[in-house]
Amino acid sequence: MARVVRRTRLVPNIHLLEVHAPEVARSCRPGQFVIVMPDARGERIPLTIADWDPGKGTVTAVVMVVGTSTHKLSVLDGGDEIAVFTGPLGLPSDIRNLGTVLLAGGCFGIAAITPIARALKEKGNRVLVLIDAKADYLLYWEDRLAESSDAVFVSSRDARFPPSEYIPAKVKEILETEKVDLIHAVGCTYLMFRVGEASRPFGVKTMVSLNPIMVDGTGMCGACRVTVDGKTKFACVDGPDFDAHLVDWKELFARRTSYMDDEGRSLCRWEDETCG
Amino acid sequence: MDEKKTISPELKARLQAEFEKIWRKELRKSVPVKERMKIGRRHMPEREARERNKDFREVNLGLSPEEAVEEARRCLDCVNPQCVTGCPVSIDIPTFIKLIEKGQFLDSVMKIKETNTLPAICGRVCPQEAQCEAACNLKKATGVSVGIGNLERFASDYERLNGRVRIPGIGSPTGRKAAVIGAGPAGLTVAADLRKKGHEVTVFEALHEGGGVLVYGIPEFRLPKAILKAEIDFLKELGVEFRMNFVVGKTATLDDLRREGYEAFFIGTGAGLPNFMKIPGENLVGVYSANEYLTRVNLMRAYDFPRYDTPVFLGRRAAVIGGGNVAMDSVRTAKRLGAERSIIIYRRSRAEMPARTEEIKHAEEEGIEFHFLTVPTRYIGDEKGRVRAMECLRMELGEPDASGRRRPVPVPGSEFVTDVDLVVVAIGQSPNPLIPQTTSGLKIGKWGNIEVDETTMATSLPGVYSGGDIVRGGATVILAMGDGRTAAADMDRFLKAAPAGPKKS
Repeated sequence: MARVVRRTRLVPNIHLLEVHAPEVARSCRPGQFVIVMPDARGERIPLTIADWDPGKGTVTAVVMVVGTSTHKLSVLDGGDEIAVFTGPLGLPSDIRNLGTVLLAGGCFGIAAITPIARALKEKGNRVLVLIDAKADYLLYWEDRLAESSDAVFVSSRDARFPPSEYIPAKVKEILETEKVDLIHAVGCTYLMFRVGEASRPFGVKTMVSLNPIMVDGTGMCGACRVTVDGKTKFACVDGPDFDAHLVDWKELFARRTSYMDDEGRSLCRWEDETCG
Repeated sequence: MDEKKTISPELKARLQAEFEKIWRKELRKSVPVKERMKIGRRHMPEREARERNKDFREVNLGLSPEEAVEEARRCLDCVNPQCVTGCPVSIDIPTFIKLIEKGQFLDSVMKIKETNTLPAICGRVCPQEAQCEAACNLKKATGVSVGIGNLERFASDYERLNGRVRIPGIGSPTGRKAAVIGAGPAGLTVAADLRKKGHEVTVFEALHEGGGVLVYGIPEFRLPKAILKAEIDFLKELGVEFRMNFVVGKTATLDDLRREGYEAFFIGTGAGLPNFMKIPGENLVGVYSANEYLTRVNLMRAYDFPRYDTPVFLGRRAAVIGGGNVAMDSVRTAKRLGAERSIIIYRRSRAEMPARTEEIKHAEEEGIEFHFLTVPTRYIGDEKGRVRAMECLRMELGEPDASGRRRPVPVPGSEFVTDVDLVVVAIGQSPNPLIPQTTSGLKIGKWGNIEVDETTMATSLPGVYSGGDIVRGGATVILAMGDGRTAAADMDRFLKAAPAGPKKS
């Protein structure tokens, strides 16, 4: 069991979950994830690590509310216990001095790129940050990201940020004006796919932090397999970072959505049970 | 590595001392050998196939005390018992059986527990017909061995069901700390043995429940979780500490644990990396590794979805690829989850199937279909990327291969396509890479397995031992436990010989 220190809502469907997990906090590196199971009947799900503090012994994971287990996490309070909080898992992101790095994030990925931005900046990179937020109220952490980067761009369909555009248009615009050595995108599968397609004509290497369905998160089950450059990889132990230009996206989309009907059934049942 | 086939002088002396005890002599005389040989083997009572293949409750019901005594009477109490040669953990089989015949059921289970930490589990999952029962002298004489596995199960169940589990004596505290990595059969054995010697033992487990393959792999209908829980509770009562949700190699490395004061290590992280055939369509939705399929159903309780949150696909036509115990567990699980047809696809013939005889028999009774000498060549998906059919190829048996089994060779032009909506690939596993990747200096074999000295299970690193599937690459629960016993004996020597005080590294 792990104890929740604090749960805060970042934007309407994204929460931060700060958990007391001193051993995990000691070992965290940017780009890693934890496997979380909210209670004894919950599902094991991977969550990206947004922050950690070895001194306080806490780890902060970012949760986008989708199915039953993430709904359960979204109603926790400080002092509550969760059944499983295991990690840090996966290989850390490649943090070196590469020159100019463009970090692209959307929804939960905005929080996820923050530690990566900080680490890349510390290594002396010029760090450009591109945040996608469909609407004004889905935007967060511009200030935090500004602190650890050289420039922050926003792509949005909100009137506050004209022109109305989705992230690939902004990627294209940046690549036409800047010499970028590496792109790293984190967010929903569609966003990562579109960033990869936008950078492909420019030949700029683009890493994506994939988040397929996982169960154990230690290489034991193979639920998270993805095809990269024609070879099957396990995202939990070989990733989660892969080259966007080599990922079989069609397969990943199919595998990501394979339990949609079940998720709906499970959520309805949980709502019936908890809301009377 | 081969199973031990000879009796060590130590075991021989132990058997002899028991054999010569007065009660044994009297018991031997009480029923003539000829009479004993006339008694028929007691069949394991089991639930009716058409009823049991719809739920997850245990198939076998266990012998009654009267049946167990009767079965024990069949044992001839041989001068040279061969059964013990077949046991990887050297249980004094004749003594525990004769104690059952005398009605001393609790003494019987204590005798088993002298060398086997998990008898209720071994009595259920060991391939007895290939081990102790294969060597039984009664089998040589009459064709039918003593039901050693059923008796082992009886004695341990009797102890548990009567709430009479006794905690053995613990050696005086040594103040030395051992870390066991992985709470599977090998690790649990090491933990119990080292604890009994007075060492402090911590078991580190990546998952949220202990047992390793016993909890995520073997289904409830073959090994009820309550039994595993009782065995783990027993270890906790012995004073073994469990740290769950701790992934050694990730949460902390082995060197980190050394700095925390652990002096001896046992790596029992299993064959946790499923193999695939690398054929087209294997990543379609609806194609599972057996590890994932069984983990969803067993560890995550997907059979009780949506009361539990983890879903699993319910196939109408389920195909399971493979012929081992894991394949049998998977195909019987698919049947229980409502598959109209639940099919084994195996590339060799029935005679070469590595599964336990009882599992094959149970599967047949439950309506499982077997397609022998068949291999899948590709999976075919629908427009949503879900598996809808598979193409297979027929095989015929050729010359024997390295394993001594006749090698299957393809029959040209024999391809055929059959509809399936669930596929479980159960063709074996490779060693889990997390610890080999993160432990410098650990010697690794060409299949990713940890290399050990087979006589002690010591790895290339001092104080670091390993056993079970991470060494063997995919074997049985009892062989893993045998490795654990061997390792624990040498770890005890190592810990007692090492200079006192935590080492600085």
